[in-house]
Amino acid sequence: MCTTCGCGNGETRIDGEVHETAHEHPHDHPHQHDHSHAYTPAHTHAPGLNRTRMVQIEQDILAKNDAHAQANRRWLADRGIFALNLVSSPGSGKTTLLVKTIEMLAGRRIVAVIEGDQQTSQDAERIRATGARAIQINTGRGCHLDAHMVGHALEKLELERGSLLMIENVGNLVCPAAFDLGEAHKVVILSVTEGEDKPIKYPDMFRAADLMLLNKCDLLPHLDFDVERAIDFARRVNPGIVIIQTSATSGAGMEDWLAWLERGASAA
Amino acid sequence: MHEMSLAEGVLQLIEDAASAQSFTRVTAVFLEIGQLSAVEPEALSFCFDAVTRGSIAEGARLEILDVPGCGWCLPCGQTVLMTQLHDACPRCGGYQVQVTGGTEMRVMELEVE
Repeated sequence: MCTTCGCGNGETRIDGEVHETAHEHPHDHPHQHDHSHAYTPAHTHAPGLNRTRMVQIEQDILAKNDAHAQANRRWLADRGIFALNLVSSPGSGKTTLLVKTIEMLAGRRIVAVIEGDQQTSQDAERIRATGARAIQINTGRGCHLDAHMVGHALEKLELERGSLLMIENVGNLVCPAAFDLGEAHKVVILSVTEGEDKPIKYPDMFRAADLMLLNKCDLLPHLDFDVERAIDFARRVNPGIVIIQTSATSGAGMEDWLAWLERGASAA
Repeated sequence: MHEMSLAEGVLQLIEDAASAQSFTRVTAVFLEIGQLSAVEPEALSFCFDAVTRGSIAEGARLEILDVPGCGWCLPCGQTVLMTQLHDACPRCGGYQVQVTGGTEMRVMELEVE
């Protein structure tokens, strides 16, 4: 179990079926071993004096996830599918925005969705009600989707060539930033009912995203939210980030968002 | 950061190498962890300990080399030290700093039998 956030293993379900993680490790007897010190690069070995030898690895620790992500990326490219990884805090309006997006794209672009949540298939069902194909990944205690899970979901989803794939990640502004799923872009959704300073408080996520949707703009007249300040903070951590102000409820900004989607999907 | 996922990742790399390179026991694992990678070495050691029980790396020493963070500051036109991601440039106080080093999390080598 992760000491940082409590996520566990072997609990992932894809549309109800248990998804095996890539490896299982037996845990038998407890033991003691010394902790580490920073080592100097000039540590020496005397290969002739003992049975040990050095094996060079020189690989990134997240190499496995990166490899799965690259495989996903190639798979998607082969089919001309434009895939986005939607990230945000819980409650930012991701699913509602997706439902509205699918409705507005009806007849223009085929959309499919991979939903990520700890439990329930509530979100996948809301998407299916629009007529779009959706698959639900339940992570159990897991706090983010990873490329291995997404790879399996891709196989089950039977995507059409040239379609638009939306991956709605688990609502979490911390963990998903570190896990490449094979997407073309991460899109971060920040709602105006959150603080303007979210971008500087969760910089990794806002730096990992190429587009920020500032959502629920229809509520601005009722709030003290300073839009310019939020934009400023977002640009401070990510000078190149594109920002679109949206409201899934009123429809404000939705055409700009759709235009951004269309540009990406055409190029895929 | 996900020290448990990372420890699992390290073990996976070890097990892959074990089949490729024919060793049956690991006595030490050498990691390079950048200071900007947001990895807590203590948490990583704890998780490594937990994850390697019953594996070929059980009891292995975990050696972590800290790599300092650095970035290229556009206005200053030079590389500057960074102790935290998204920090201002220590020279000019601006935020136009492109991270150039210190984000790595790598398994460098293993001491094996």
